[in-house]
Amino acid sequence: MTAVSTFPLGGNPGSIREENPWARAWRRLRRRKGAMVALAVVVAMVVFALLAPWVAPYEPTATSWSLVRKPPSWLHWFGTDEVGRDVLSRIIFGTRASLGAGLVSVGIAVSAGVPLGLLAGYAGGWVDTVLSRVVDAMLAIPFLILAITLSAFLGPSLSNAMIAIGVTTTPVFVRLTRGQTLGAKVEDYVEAARAVGNPHWRIALRHVLPNIVPPLLVQASLAIAGAIIAEAALSFLGLGQQPPAPSWGSMLNTAQRFIAQAPWMAVWPGFAIFAAVLSFNLLGDGLRDALDPRHK
Amino acid sequence: MLGFFTRRLLQVLPTLVLVSMLIFGLQQLLPGDPALIMAGEERDPKVLAEIRHQYRLDQPVPVQYVYWMKGVLSGNLGESMRLKNSVAELVAEKLPVTLQLAGMALLVALCIGIPAGVISAVKKETFWDYAANLFALWGISTPNFWLGIMLIFLFSVTLNWLPASGYVLLSENWKASLATTAMPAFVLGNALAAVLMRHTRSAMLQAMSADYVRTARAKGLTEARVVLKHALRNAMTPVITLLALEFGALLSGAVLTEQIFTIPGFGKLIVDSVFNRDYAVVQGVVLITASTYIALNLLADVAYVLVNPRLRG
Repeated sequence: MTAVSTFPLGGNPGSIREENPWARAWRRLRRRKGAMVALAVVVAMVVFALLAPWVAPYEPTATSWSLVRKPPSWLHWFGTDEVGRDVLSRIIFGTRASLGAGLVSVGIAVSAGVPLGLLAGYAGGWVDTVLSRVVDAMLAIPFLILAITLSAFLGPSLSNAMIAIGVTTTPVFVRLTRGQTLGAKVEDYVEAARAVGNPHWRIALRHVLPNIVPPLLVQASLAIAGAIIAEAALSFLGLGQQPPAPSWGSMLNTAQRFIAQAPWMAVWPGFAIFAAVLSFNLLGDGLRDALDPRHK
Repeated sequence: MLGFFTRRLLQVLPTLVLVSMLIFGLQQLLPGDPALIMAGEERDPKVLAEIRHQYRLDQPVPVQYVYWMKGVLSGNLGESMRLKNSVAELVAEKLPVTLQLAGMALLVALCIGIPAGVISAVKKETFWDYAANLFALWGISTPNFWLGIMLIFLFSVTLNWLPASGYVLLSENWKASLATTAMPAFVLGNALAAVLMRHTRSAMLQAMSADYVRTARAKGLTEARVVLKHALRNAMTPVITLLALEFGALLSGAVLTEQIFTIPGFGKLIVDSVFNRDYAVVQGVVLITASTYIALNLLADVAYVLVNPRLRG
């Protein structure tokens, strides 16, 4: 207590307190322009997805034979498609499929992968050996090929595509969590928690898990980017969102057939995928720098 | 060295077995009776029973797996229900096409990715570095099926320089063959170039701060010589081994690229088989892909130890 009283005049004793690590990460993230623009795009997309019926100028599935393949105009900013539907409205509604697939499939991967990774890393022994070999086996099959195969065997639909992408993304999270847990397990604070007599599950959940959240958060952001591309790829192949429901991937599939007559049909859905994926990639990169304690 | 190799091999074997179980197990996800799917329009119970017997569907799953595995180990990956060819024949027919495409894509990636990585590391935090990083972000974030369609619009529809689709064998007419594969190879190579650039950049940054680079500079060597002979040569080792890990991404990319440019390769074989419910082909192809990936990684590990004397125990 004497340390505080000897503090120079005007010095605020509160300022020497450790800054909350999340507040520090947010302060650092805010300084990164790229990441902030990306965050703004992500927020805008979430808003578009939630408010699609109010934001979109037209019904996404309303066809009109008098408006077949019209180039962009004041009435239809992004033009119309092969059955006269408004491309802009379909892109706005398509945000739901893409963002939804990104969030749901990464949600599946995190909620399956993180506990398994914690278990493998914390328990070690044969549990670790078995889980690690299964992860190796899944990672040996190229990502998209496994996702295509799984969704083909499950049957084509958006929800099956989400499951397929989620399952395919899971081993990445198992491996990452396992590695991080192995590192955290030997730290002094875990040793201390064990010395005090905490049960294993409590150490794993209360002491190890919170300390490995930053790398998981970074990976989640990058995984959402990957999942959005994967959903678009599956829908492009006809294994994801089924027509006439709008999805950026299936819009591109139709657009390819009319590329000579109506190139605008291909430009905008592709650009939407690009913008979404780029934003989550940038956000992941920014988070990595902001959450890295070695950075200043 | 031999010990390391044996250890790695012993680690790989269970992985291979698990992969095969995983791929075989996929079949169980199929809704409905596989015999009904195979029979098509046929609904005669006698025919169905025969199909069940012929494909051992009347036996327990583990028994089915053992029979399947026996076939696989003796080189029999099953038969395509649609094309009536053996899976091995189909793969042998389609693989060279994809290998040509992948080889060209790799060339594109190496020609773009490595120079870009070297320049951005040497000119760290200058315009060139930012430009190269921007290129990498673009490459990683662009869906290759979009890039493919846009290239078709530009080079086939608008400029009429390259064919939009189709494939000509290299042995038949090499000029036409290169024309049909130029765009798909670029599409595939573009994404890989981005990954390669990032790896090269970080490996070069590490190499440039090493003692031997300082020594080379102190000897009075020209900067170009220091960068290209001393730093780059050392930086390439991890980059080349990381390339083996990108094999999967290359194949994933080939699936979509071949679909867009209607190239009759490995990737198109997978998609076509998926849509025709030709599950034996899907399983066979995925098994071959995974085994190749595992073998390549094993080779990369061994190569890494071979070129890095400090790792030899």
